[in-house]
Amino acid sequence: MSAPNKALEELTGQDYKYGFVTDVEEDRIPKGLNEDIVRMISAKKNEPEFMLEWRLRAFRHWLTMKEPTWQAVKYPPINYQDLYYYSAPKKKVKLNSLDEVDPEVLATFNKLGISLAEQERLTGVAVDAVFDSVSVGTTFKAKLKELGIIFCSFSEAVQEHPDLIKKYLGSVVPYSDNYYATLNSAVFSDGSFVYIPKGVRSPMELSTYFRINASETGQFERTLIIADEGAYVSYLEGCTAPMRDENQLHAAVVELVALDNASIKYSTVQNWYPGDKEGKGGIYNFVTKRGKCAGKKSKISWKYPSCILQGDDSVGEFYSVAVTNNYQQADTGTKMIHIGKNTRSTIVSKGISAGHGQNTYRGLVKINKGASGARNYSQCDSLLMGDKCGAHTFPYIEVKNSSAQMEHEATTSKIGEDQLFYCKQRGINAEDAVNMIVNGFCKQVFKELPMEFAVEAQKLLSVSLEGSVG
Amino acid sequence: MTMALLEIKNLHAKVEEKEILQGINLTVNAGEVHAIMGPNGSGKSTLANVLAGRENYEVTSGEVLYEGKNLLEMDIEDRARAGVFLAFQYPIEIPGVSNAHFLKTALNGVRKYRGLEELDAMDFLTLVKEKMKLLQMDPTFLNRGVNEGFSGGEKKRNDILQMAMLDPKLGILDETDSGLDIDSLRIVAEGVNALRNPNRAFVLVTHYQRLLDYIVPDFVHVLSGGKIIASGDKELAVHLEERGYGWVIEGGAKAVGA
Ligand SMILES: Nc1ncnc2c1ncn2[C@@H]1O[C@H](COP(=O)(O)OP(=O)(O)O)[C@@H](O)[C@H]1O
Ligand SMILES: [Mg+2]
Repeated sequence: MSAPNKALEELTGQDYKYGFVTDVEEDRIPKGLNEDIVRMISAKKNEPEFMLEWRLRAFRHWLTMKEPTWQAVKYPPINYQDLYYYSAPKKKVKLNSLDEVDPEVLATFNKLGISLAEQERLTGVAVDAVFDSVSVGTTFKAKLKELGIIFCSFSEAVQEHPDLIKKYLGSVVPYSDNYYATLNSAVFSDGSFVYIPKGVRSPMELSTYFRINASETGQFERTLIIADEGAYVSYLEGCTAPMRDENQLHAAVVELVALDNASIKYSTVQNWYPGDKEGKGGIYNFVTKRGKCAGKKSKISWKYPSCILQGDDSVGEFYSVAVTNNYQQADTGTKMIHIGKNTRSTIVSKGISAGHGQNTYRGLVKINKGASGARNYSQCDSLLMGDKCGAHTFPYIEVKNSSAQMEHEATTSKIGEDQLFYCKQRGINAEDAVNMIVNGFCKQVFKELPMEFAVEAQKLLSVSLEGSVG
Repeated sequence: MTMALLEIKNLHAKVEEKEILQGINLTVNAGEVHAIMGPNGSGKSTLANVLAGRENYEVTSGEVLYEGKNLLEMDIEDRARAGVFLAFQYPIEIPGVSNAHFLKTALNGVRKYRGLEELDAMDFLTLVKEKMKLLQMDPTFLNRGVNEGFSGGEKKRNDILQMAMLDPKLGILDETDSGLDIDSLRIVAEGVNALRNPNRAFVLVTHYQRLLDYIVPDFVHVLSGGKIIASGDKELAVHLEERGYGWVIEGGAKAVGA
């Protein structure tokens, strides 16, 4: 191996910084998956009848489905009967303030640098923290409430706002959508719910952190965000998973609904544990995230998954940074489906591969017959660090309306030995040089993130280069 | 006698198993300007890269002393911080990283090593703007990515700007004149001349006499086949321009007493 590659390897080969396990008593239901388990989950959560029925419909449909094999990702078969589908920290009672949160849980967040108190005080961000499956703390609720904004855990929304749930749950990602989304629909444990009323601009960024903790626990989050006519919200989801020997399953569903003239900006920073240097451990992450610009002139911009541009003049934007390290394999992508007239979409995807990581990006842009005047711009760039990793880009384009305008650009570059040499020759050390080069590569995406998160994304990225990210 | 700034003794080096440098001897004292000329592929860039410490270039024998210390044992960034600056034959692009951020990081790395206080944003901007004026560079270049989308000439000028900022003791300029139009050549040469002082030396790698009209060297060396085959004063360059390298290689240079 040549010297520059060795330097890269040293930088990227360090251990995962966020790998630790919190010792909290858990409330679990037995391993495995059947109708009784689904009923048990629903009962634990004290759900109304319509939710149980929805879950059961999903579960029965799931039994008829086949696990997809289309991804460029290789993994051993998952034994779905060998997983726990529900776990909650046992000590959980109704919490009024952070003081009441299990100190172990708070300590975990502190280790991650996500102190709720700090977040609340310093950044003005309302954080709804999800610890495993149950929300443990929600802040700024009162202030949001004044404006009629609802920001709470999914379970709470089911109890307090069943009409909204009934109306919008599954309206973007139906329970029968795909294998993992259907599984999620049957057994999802918790997640976040946001409703922004007509004409209201959310005065602060909304944000959720997820963290997988309980060993062998499938994590099934469900997020639903609704921006009513003329409303605006910016939402960030961040992920950090602790180190585990067994592979873990994550199948999340996110639904975004933007009505007439509404705008949703959705960003994620994902920092999944990539497995160790031998390829052991790590997380299976199957996510279905989709937004629907249901209304005219509505706009959704986000990192990850698909956008249905239904309303005339609606806009979809997708900005993403994906990092793979060690033996991690990522298969991500987005879909833009143009239905309405003069709909516009932009896709900017940046993939970074280090170690033996393999990064696959798929982008589907579909222009339906009626979508006259639709436009799409796609740009997919890959950065390779070292010579054992790979990047793969698959653009799919389907145009059924001849007035559509499509532009596509793709590049692959290597963190060159020459770039590193150039930096070092100017007195910059290797670590700073790599961070600088990678941040430069991602700049186009970072500048779209809300300020606080852009800083955080850069921080996560440099941690990922020391250790890992996903 | 004072110690030489740079002393290269019988230096042999190979790239990808190919012997390129085959016994280079060269002494450079502070305050001097040495020009190295020679045909394509003779090893000029290889010599420059070996001095800067680039990986893939393997020194097989010989010695290089910089201020009396073993240069070949130092890390790339430490050589840079200790004052060895290489202006690249082909400056590298680093997209998305602003010139200002890059330069400030570099400058503070160097200053820290030299026991100087790091510059804050204001002091940095004042300094860099002053240097840019000298090189007739528009301040908007500060906000652009490092060499990103720069023309060939702009890249070379940017390298000289970095050199002016980092205040090296030994500036190695690898074909800085190639790709420059006459006006740019003059501006770059004036920039280099402004940096000439008794404590600083330059090694100019060039093909053309043209550059040496502006930056007048104290010594001229001809590198061919991995060896310095002739050395002389600035007149040697004039003869080379007239008669070509073939003339020296065949032994004619001795006739002019070089
Ligand atoms: N990285 C490399 N790999 C293989 N050969 C190289 C490499 N760098 C230089 N060489 C070879 O070494 C010789 C000297 O090159 P160089 O030092 O660039 O010459 P000059 O700068 O004098 O034109 C040439 O034959 C060139 O092809
Ligand atoms: Mg050369």
